[in-house]
Amino acid sequence: MGRTHPGIAAIALAIAAFLVVFLVVPVVAVVYTAFSDGQGGFTLAHFSAFSGISLMRESFGNSLYVAGMTVGLGTLIAVPLAYLTVRFQFRGAILVQTLGVLPLVMPAFVGAAAMQLLFGRSGSVNLILKDAFGLTLPLMEGLNGVIFVETLHYFPFILLNLSAALANIDSSMEEAAQNLGASGWRLFRKVVFPLAMPGYVAGASLVFIKVFDDLGTPLVLNVTNMLAPQAYLRVTSIGLEDPIGYVICVILVAFSIGAMGGSWWFVKRRDYALVSRGGVQAPKRRLTAWQAALAYGWIAAMLLLVLSPHLGILLLSFSKVWSFTVLPEQFTLGHFATVFTESKQMIWNTFLYCGLAALVDVAIGTAIAYIVLRTRLPGRQLLDHLVTVALAMPGLVLGIGYLRTFKGIELPFGGGALTASWVIFVLAYAVRRLPYALRSCMAALTQVHPALEEAAENLGAGRWSTIRRVVVPLMMGGILAGFVTSFITAAAEISETILLTSRESLAPMSYGIYLYFQSVLGRGPGAALGVIAVGLVALGTYVSHRLVAANSPHQPGGGK
Amino acid sequence: MNPVGPVGVDIRHVALSFGTTQVLKDISVSVAPGEFFALLGPSGSGKSTLLRLIAGFNQHQRGEVLIGGRDVTGTPPWRRNVGMVFQNYALWPHMTVEQNVAFGLEERRLPRDEIRAKVKAALDLVGLADYGKRRPGQLSGGQQQRVAIARTLAIEPQVLLLDEPLSNLDAKLRVQTRQELVKLQRRLGITTLFVTHDQIEALTTCHRVAVMDEGVIQQVGTPMELFDFPVNRFVAQFVGSVNLFAGRFRRDGAALLFESPKLGNVPLPAGVEPPSGSFDLAFRPHAVSVAEGAPGPQDLALRGAVDNAEFLGEFLRYEIRVGEATVIADVPHARGRAPIETGTQVALAIPASELRFVAA
Repeated sequence: MGRTHPGIAAIALAIAAFLVVFLVVPVVAVVYTAFSDGQGGFTLAHFSAFSGISLMRESFGNSLYVAGMTVGLGTLIAVPLAYLTVRFQFRGAILVQTLGVLPLVMPAFVGAAAMQLLFGRSGSVNLILKDAFGLTLPLMEGLNGVIFVETLHYFPFILLNLSAALANIDSSMEEAAQNLGASGWRLFRKVVFPLAMPGYVAGASLVFIKVFDDLGTPLVLNVTNMLAPQAYLRVTSIGLEDPIGYVICVILVAFSIGAMGGSWWFVKRRDYALVSRGGVQAPKRRLTAWQAALAYGWIAAMLLLVLSPHLGILLLSFSKVWSFTVLPEQFTLGHFATVFTESKQMIWNTFLYCGLAALVDVAIGTAIAYIVLRTRLPGRQLLDHLVTVALAMPGLVLGIGYLRTFKGIELPFGGGALTASWVIFVLAYAVRRLPYALRSCMAALTQVHPALEEAAENLGAGRWSTIRRVVVPLMMGGILAGFVTSFITAAAEISETILLTSRESLAPMSYGIYLYFQSVLGRGPGAALGVIAVGLVALGTYVSHRLVAANSPHQPGGGK
Repeated sequence: MNPVGPVGVDIRHVALSFGTTQVLKDISVSVAPGEFFALLGPSGSGKSTLLRLIAGFNQHQRGEVLIGGRDVTGTPPWRRNVGMVFQNYALWPHMTVEQNVAFGLEERRLPRDEIRAKVKAALDLVGLADYGKRRPGQLSGGQQQRVAIARTLAIEPQVLLLDEPLSNLDAKLRVQTRQELVKLQRRLGITTLFVTHDQIEALTTCHRVAVMDEGVIQQVGTPMELFDFPVNRFVAQFVGSVNLFAGRFRRDGAALLFESPKLGNVPLPAGVEPPSGSFDLAFRPHAVSVAEGAPGPQDLALRGAVDNAEFLGEFLRYEIRVGEATVIADVPHARGRAPIETGTQVALAIPASELRFVAA
């Protein structure tokens, strides 16, 4: 492990160059444009222009409001669920886990159309309410709709992070509080929740930025007075030269970095290293009959809500006519037929783009994991940090950055303009989803004990031989899981996709769904395409869980 | 510390199972008011389970637990007023030292002035008055432990429970802390139960010790009673080191023989009265004297060859092969004395008063 092979250094440099060209340069170009007066000078004029437009001020406020409300409502849903599963003996745990995964398999913007039909002004729920009580609930009106859809989609991030944090609290921390006289709500408020705070903050900040940056959901719900839709509209209707779009991008980036950095700082500031894992997890308590009824009731209600977009999209995909009725009146398979004839190209495009992007991701991810964990190459951490930057970059920003940076650049061998080719999708997806693949590869390599490699070297295998015959095979489970994660998250991507789709023949499925939803007639085929996408993502999620599960405990030599 | 004076703890026929595993089997023990009482045993012996049962974290299925004469079965942990110091201290990292110590007082809804005074008193007691504003992560292991003790004592518990309180400290600090704990306990006179797997800790600190194994209390006694008169093989081996040989006794006219498969047939010295049946012969290594000459008539005499010698500073530990058995002998070291060479034939003598017969 002493000296670093020149070949490794060359690979590290190549990866760094890739990240600089396709991540750093586009983002810098966006930021530069926002602060540039056109003659290369620095100016804040675009920002003052931005704040001079009342629609922009309103959009800014709305985006903050929607993101904040989503975090708040998501917390209300997630905290009781997390506490229930981690601390109490009850049979609903599997249901709650399902609750945690279900929303993630369907892109929020796909669910949005179905939610409109179920909870909209003349949706099923309001039709029933009107009949029974003569009133309607404005669940999907304007910003409410965005908050509603985003909450149901993103609360699992809080649930999963918080559950993990709760499970990590040493039981003695709680017992000490009980021993000193605390119980019930006070125990939770004064000891349990503060100790789980790092997990909660990580989840909540993630939800905040995801919602703050989201473009697909507001567009499908026809809400344009928010930041991301405004940036998109400015760039597409006024043009790539309009600086206001870039100002919005800078705000999005600033909030993303602020939220991620803030949560990192928060966790770091407090000394949680003391929360030792030496002891045992808290024994699960029993629920009283009363509490059990409440718990099951809450879970059932949440499950129903969370399932509603899935059921809605399924109904919609099979319905011939569905408007102003509680349920569709006639069913058909026609939408699927339409999709398979009209949108074959889009389905193929999704497989092509996302497959290639995921391949690039695991190749780079494996290389970075090896370089960071197994070599002493100077500056190797920088690669890891660069990739983390990608996590904080909104797709919208990267998309606009690509259009600006690579405008007019021609592909070699007469491939035409880069921004008008399928290659741009692969690059954009690969860069955005690289953090997922990298985490997976890192986790896999951490599990491989260095002695296994030393044994190979001791028996005469050179560095490359060791990597090929020992390291990569041992990491394979993690690499595959990383591939699947990259693939499915890329397939569900919409912000970059909307921006980068220059013509319909290049569009992937996600764009197809979005396009179909633009017209009333297209809702059926859109839903059918959505069902296919959800099936794909669900299958991928299942496969990746299986891969991770199959690989972690039986890893040969997978010690500490 | 406690206005009503110290209280006793009575455990009566307590049994506890986790699923099908019996962890405590019909445990009965009484701890006197003000006593410093140790629960000593290897891991898995049930000692921590018993301690947690008194704190209310485990529920026994049979028997009763009385604190100060009151049955606390069914009383939740937060109503017991039994202070517990956890093995890993369980200090909350999101609170300062003061906030940690004040926690239990706040739960008792004491007025703010009183809380402040009691926090100060508790921190004074453990010598950490200047550390109130720090967070637990900024303290050393020993300081953290003292905060944990202060936090527990602040609520003026009826009984103090210590769960391996010294195990996370380094060797030197452990001895010092041990002595401080003893002083503190004697000063406050609080009934204290102390769980440990370390016999030295138990013997040096406590009035009485209960040795536990496999969910059963093997023996209760003062440290010296346990060391001098172990009732069975387990206690003999767990408390101190010991030579133990299985066998039976046979009277051969006036002489008394110990027939051991490993040691061979050994005549016992006059005046020894063994119980009948199958027992183990036990004696401590330090009771064995090693000579290159012949043994005296009042002693158990054995002959063997030196197999190995370890110099441990204060004494030399010899392993001597006697028949098929190995006898350990600890011989005090004096300056300049050379060890007996390996292979030398030696005579061993153990005074009759040092011989014990313990149940297998």
